[in-house]
Amino acid sequence: MNNSNASASGASTITGLRAWLNAEVPGSRWQARASAWYHGWLEFKSNRLALLGLLILIALVLIAIFAPLLSPHDPYTQNLSNRLLPMGSEGHLLGTDSLGRDLLSRMIYGARITLYIVALVALIAPVAGLLVGTVAGYLGGWTDTVLMRLTDIFLAFPRLVLALAFVAALGAGIENAVLAIALTAWPPYARIARAETLTIRSSDYISAVKLQGAGAFRIIVKHIWPLCIASLIVRITLDMAGIILAAAGLGFLGLGARPPSPEWGAMIADGRRFILDHWWVATMPGLAIFTVSLAFNLLGDGLRDLLDPKSQGK
Amino acid sequence: MSEINHVRNTDATTSSTPAIEIDNLSVWFGHGHDRVDAVKSANFNLPTGASFGLVGESGSGKSTILRALTGLVKTWQGTMRVNGHDLGKKRSKDFYKQVQMVFQDPYASLHPRHSVDQVLSETLSLHKFKNINDRIEKLLTDVGLGPQFRFRYPHQLSGGQRQRVAIARALAPEPSILLLDEPTSALDVSVQAEILNLLTDLREEQNLTYLMVSHNLAVVGHLCENIAVMQNGEIVEILSVEDMRELKSTHPYTQNLLQSSLGFVREEC
Amino acid sequence: MNLLEVDNLHVQFPTRSGTFDAVRGVSFSLGRERLGIVGESGSGKSLTGRAILRLIKPPGIVTADKISLEGENLLDLSERQMRKVRGQRISMVMQDPKFSLNPVMRVGEQIVEAYSQHTRASRKEAKAKAIEMLEAVSIRDSERVFRAYPHEMSGGMGQRIMIAMMLIPNPQILIADEPTSALDVSVQTQVLSIMDRLVQERGMGLVFISHDLNLVSAFCDRVLIMYGGRVVETCRADQLYNAKHPYTQGLLNSLPRLDTPVNRLQVLQRDDAWMTDNPQLDDKPDDLTQPHISKTDAETP
Repeated sequence: MNNSNASASGASTITGLRAWLNAEVPGSRWQARASAWYHGWLEFKSNRLALLGLLILIALVLIAIFAPLLSPHDPYTQNLSNRLLPMGSEGHLLGTDSLGRDLLSRMIYGARITLYIVALVALIAPVAGLLVGTVAGYLGGWTDTVLMRLTDIFLAFPRLVLALAFVAALGAGIENAVLAIALTAWPPYARIARAETLTIRSSDYISAVKLQGAGAFRIIVKHIWPLCIASLIVRITLDMAGIILAAAGLGFLGLGARPPSPEWGAMIADGRRFILDHWWVATMPGLAIFTVSLAFNLLGDGLRDLLDPKSQGK
Repeated sequence: MSEINHVRNTDATTSSTPAIEIDNLSVWFGHGHDRVDAVKSANFNLPTGASFGLVGESGSGKSTILRALTGLVKTWQGTMRVNGHDLGKKRSKDFYKQVQMVFQDPYASLHPRHSVDQVLSETLSLHKFKNINDRIEKLLTDVGLGPQFRFRYPHQLSGGQRQRVAIARALAPEPSILLLDEPTSALDVSVQAEILNLLTDLREEQNLTYLMVSHNLAVVGHLCENIAVMQNGEIVEILSVEDMRELKSTHPYTQNLLQSSLGFVREEC
Repeated sequence: MNLLEVDNLHVQFPTRSGTFDAVRGVSFSLGRERLGIVGESGSGKSLTGRAILRLIKPPGIVTADKISLEGENLLDLSERQMRKVRGQRISMVMQDPKFSLNPVMRVGEQIVEAYSQHTRASRKEAKAKAIEMLEAVSIRDSERVFRAYPHEMSGGMGQRIMIAMMLIPNPQILIADEPTSALDVSVQTQVLSIMDRLVQERGMGLVFISHDLNLVSAFCDRVLIMYGGRVVETCRADQLYNAKHPYTQGLLNSLPRLDTPVNRLQVLQRDDAWMTDNPQLDDKPDDLTQPHISKTDAETP
């Protein structure tokens, strides 16, 4: 099927591809999956705001990847004679900070740190939550009680306070900040995953696979996870803004990224001293945080409409 | 395929062990004050190749018997034997190779994110079959779907097609006993006819034993030879379908049930 | 005058691949009679019932030449006026009482509310009326049921309460959408005869939507058979077994029957022509006062 399309003439490739994706009768596993993704994309595309969020995030990733090419200056080079230049100065589009470092370059490099934090937290917290939640929900009984009370303990503390305690214990630094945020972020995911599991585990399709002799591990991984992941992804994207803000908060308190690393939160903390006379030093990284948080929220809303099983009935 | 059938056939003729024996089976849910006795000392036997119907209204415990038999409900007491083997609290893979079940609602019995191909290939690989590709195509042809349905997802199938997939899944381990839990009650009548015909054909081709649960006497009458009528967890009467058709029932509840299923009769006022 | 006249009703839903026509040009009229609408899932029978009450939410689009209730076109009414029609003049009983009763309100409160919303009766009066109504649907200890919560009721009881609630404002038309398909057969008969009695006593029009051919032919006076969003045939209910349209015949033949066993059931062969053919419409309501009117003069719209 795929090959026959590849051999189609160039002019009709696009329409051929579309027909292939829209095929009523998929010819292979691969085509079925591709066409499911394609229809998801079509639906997602019709949500303008979500698309905007996605574009901003793609731009952020590109900026992070090509930071050395994009930034006009070295983000670490200090030049005390040029300190606190206003926006639009020659060679410094967004001005400079208190040590004469180019703000634009620092923000571009800061994108890398932000993405690093976001990616790590997004890898650790939901996976831990999914594991705990689905195991607790599926096995029930004592396992459930123990795991969920553990979750409750973590939930009982305000997130930033707990993160502060962790960082204080582990020592300041980006990695520890990530770890601290991840440790405080997983309990809500565990709750969601457990709630979903409870409804899924009594359904007929789980009974049916039990009747094929499948064990608990297979049922959790192959049958329950795929259904929980959708709502977790949505929750992560909606939480991302909070995670960025928490990271920025830790940076602001001097417990996250250490100077001179150009983390956005730390940059705001640095610029705070001059906020009245040199407002742009703190405002620019603030705007960056705001934009990225907003982008994640928009994307999350769009994904919720797309992935939420409850809205699929229409 | 044919070889297995052959073996099964000789089995049935040489030994007279029933396919299913239920002896003094009680099933309950909850404990203490909340204990609900769903089935109270039920007894019945199914010879190999028979088709037996459990009839009753909702809450009569008819589905619970199937669930206890398959091990989905663990709180039971009594004796259950399948092909002469006593069933314990746990079911072996071997058991699931002999007994399979088709669920009531085809919209709930297929995983929403798994394609037909995934459903069937997982089932086949769980039972350690080889040449899975050929088997999937054969199963789909057997249930009248054809290979073009192989890579579809449940939402791309109609109710009848979904139930056919569910039947294919149940047939995949090549069981000798099929438990049918209201297999057509969620379907339109025209689709119901197709599924009932399919079940009739499959039983003939693969020499299956059916244990069917339904509230619809006409459906049970069509597919089964003997029926057990259940009320409040008890089997009140076991009778042949011929007797049922001629309304030769001795128990008042059965008579009542038969009367109501013959249709609405307006009281003359 | 006919209670209800529906002329050329269409219900459409926009989808990605164009509009989906769920109901396509349904016309019928209803007198003081029991009119059955039968069809399989997706035939548009439920949507027809909902469209009459203008209960179809956007993006669904309802168009019709006319939906008139005693000469008043419901399509011209404002949403506010429509709310007065719903419940007071046309009521609807849905399939599953579990989803139509408020789970956190006592049964009695709900009936009282339904009554006082339309009548401004005093609480005492409303309560008396509610209990009287519960008794009318053959609920024996109505005082206890009045104080009970919906989850304490069985399915058949719940549906009887729904009927009581829907009939208490004394509507002219009751639309019952599969009112008994969630119930056991024995309870089904009971609920139906209660509904039947009340509808007759009050001289109401009943639209009975169901997938069950046997039930409709036994219960109704006249039947519309719907397929693919259209009415393919109209006939007298007691003549349903002599129906002419191949779809109706196919449906009837695909039913397993207790009295006539067969080895294989007949499978319905669908014909695309059923979607477009002009059906033979026999669209006069039976005049129940003159039951011997001949129904052979079919007319085409």
